[in-house]
Amino acid sequence: MNRILRPEIECMPRTELEGLQLDYLKRTVPKLYATVPFYKAKMDEMGLDPFRVKTLSDVRYLPVTVKDDLRAAYPYKMFAAPMRDIVRIHASSGTTGSISVVGYTQYDIDMWSECVARSIIAAGGTKDDIIHVAYGYGIFTGGLGLHYGAEWIGACAIPVSGGNTKRQVQFLRDLVTVGGMGCTPSYALLIAETARALGEDPSTFPLRYGIYGAEPWSENIRRELERELGISAYDIYGLSEIMGPGVGFECEYQSGLHINEDHFLVEVLDPETHEPLPDGEYGEIAFTTIDKEGMPLLRYNTRDISRIIPEPCPCGRTTRRLQRIMGRSDDMIIIRGVNVFPSQIEQVLMQFSDRLAPQYQVIVSKKGALDNLEVQVELKPGFDFDEISSLENLHHQVKAAISSELAITIDLKLVEPHAIERTQGKAVRLIDKR
Amino acid sequence: MAQQLSVFLENAPGHLSRLTRFLGDNNINMHALFVADTGDYGVARILCDQTARAVEVLRDAGFSVTVTEVVAVEVPDKPGGLADLLDDIAAADIDISYSYCFVDPATKNACNVFRLKDPGAAQLIRDAGYRVLLDTDL
Ligand SMILES: [Zn+2]
Repeated sequence: MNRILRPEIECMPRTELEGLQLDYLKRTVPKLYATVPFYKAKMDEMGLDPFRVKTLSDVRYLPVTVKDDLRAAYPYKMFAAPMRDIVRIHASSGTTGSISVVGYTQYDIDMWSECVARSIIAAGGTKDDIIHVAYGYGIFTGGLGLHYGAEWIGACAIPVSGGNTKRQVQFLRDLVTVGGMGCTPSYALLIAETARALGEDPSTFPLRYGIYGAEPWSENIRRELERELGISAYDIYGLSEIMGPGVGFECEYQSGLHINEDHFLVEVLDPETHEPLPDGEYGEIAFTTIDKEGMPLLRYNTRDISRIIPEPCPCGRTTRRLQRIMGRSDDMIIIRGVNVFPSQIEQVLMQFSDRLAPQYQVIVSKKGALDNLEVQVELKPGFDFDEISSLENLHHQVKAAISSELAITIDLKLVEPHAIERTQGKAVRLIDKR
Repeated sequence: MAQQLSVFLENAPGHLSRLTRFLGDNNINMHALFVADTGDYGVARILCDQTARAVEVLRDAGFSVTVTEVVAVEVPDKPGGLADLLDDIAAADIDISYSYCFVDPATKNACNVFRLKDPGAAQLIRDAGYRVLLDTDL
């Protein structure tokens, strides 16, 4: 299969790729020292000579950047390029509602577009395709990111954005005569569900592929989307602070996210010591943007939990792969001392997809002094609950399966179809009332 | 055979009254109501005068409804009538999921409703000489 946009880069021998990374890094570190007071202060404080980066592994001595640093730099203090060279601004929101701003030069926009273009080609897209973009357009990076990537390869982008789900169904049916779509996986599920409710079978639409990202999702959700929409579903990874979607993407083997390593140096950090971990071990993912101009970041800790897959990919790309993101270390809930990710619960629920809908919510509260975790999940429409023993059996099986996966006892509540509120952006899976 | 509505209820205060009030407001008359619950969940099983319309208005209002085929059998109006019926059903080896009893408003006779594991077994009850009511009889 030839689904590689830039084989001379994506399949470059590792030694050459690492040489290229080092060249970029040797330029970017002194530039940051000279232009961004935050990095100058950090390096001075650490006694670091910005010209002493000699090997790629020297990256471990560079300062780590965290979200709070970006907030403190609001709005433009992290920019390394003068404002006259900035052609675009995006922003990312934090959980506390504060916003951090990202600036792009034309070089950055072109580089980003090409990264997304690589993702589309890897998903089987071509220049003849029509691509339905249902990520939100605006200051967040999803919509415009995929849009520019589609145009980069010469495909036709439809900037549908989020919302008006009935119209989404109509466009997918009528306008996307050849091609694919992109949005969050939970919104894709809502579109499929809405199509069914309108009496349509979305698996008969001409859509070939979906490029889904911006929230963690599971292998089971992938299968559900592929079956419901009659497509191949691919993961795309990215974050506004680093660039936007396209930092990493899945190839036709659907087994991990190839990092665009000619632009992003990836590390896995121990969540406690922040020391780099070897390939294969789980930790917090950090990126250094080695050739960005507008707002390069050193070792930005995404707080996403994953690992680097040590084995090479059969597709021929030499870029290393990141395992599907397990969740953010911020999403990790600690229940009675046990670490729990909502994605683990989702994995279990999908084993019951014959009787349960892929809509759930996790509610954490205090029951007396103890933490309590309740999972609410919707019954599938058409489930025969009249024989109440079938409800009881399902209840016991699901409760036992989740409790055993998480190694803690949970409460389960089966709820009516459509009882859980739908969202058009990232799904709200966790409500922590503690 | 008769069509029974089954409505999924969260086992919380107010859910059953909301359901019955809703049916009343829509001029749907219930002949029988039987609530089964597990402590966590409840299912309201209902025989009413306009089953198809009830399903439509309930679904529109967001209730989770299924329709189940049940067998409503007139209980002979004599002492031990229900016991005889149950004996005959046991003797015919008919598997029952559940049953409940109500008074048929038309005839004032007692009537017993069965959900059978095998709906085809209704014929065996007829063969034993019992009157199996249809939706139109209710
Ligand atoms: Zn690959």
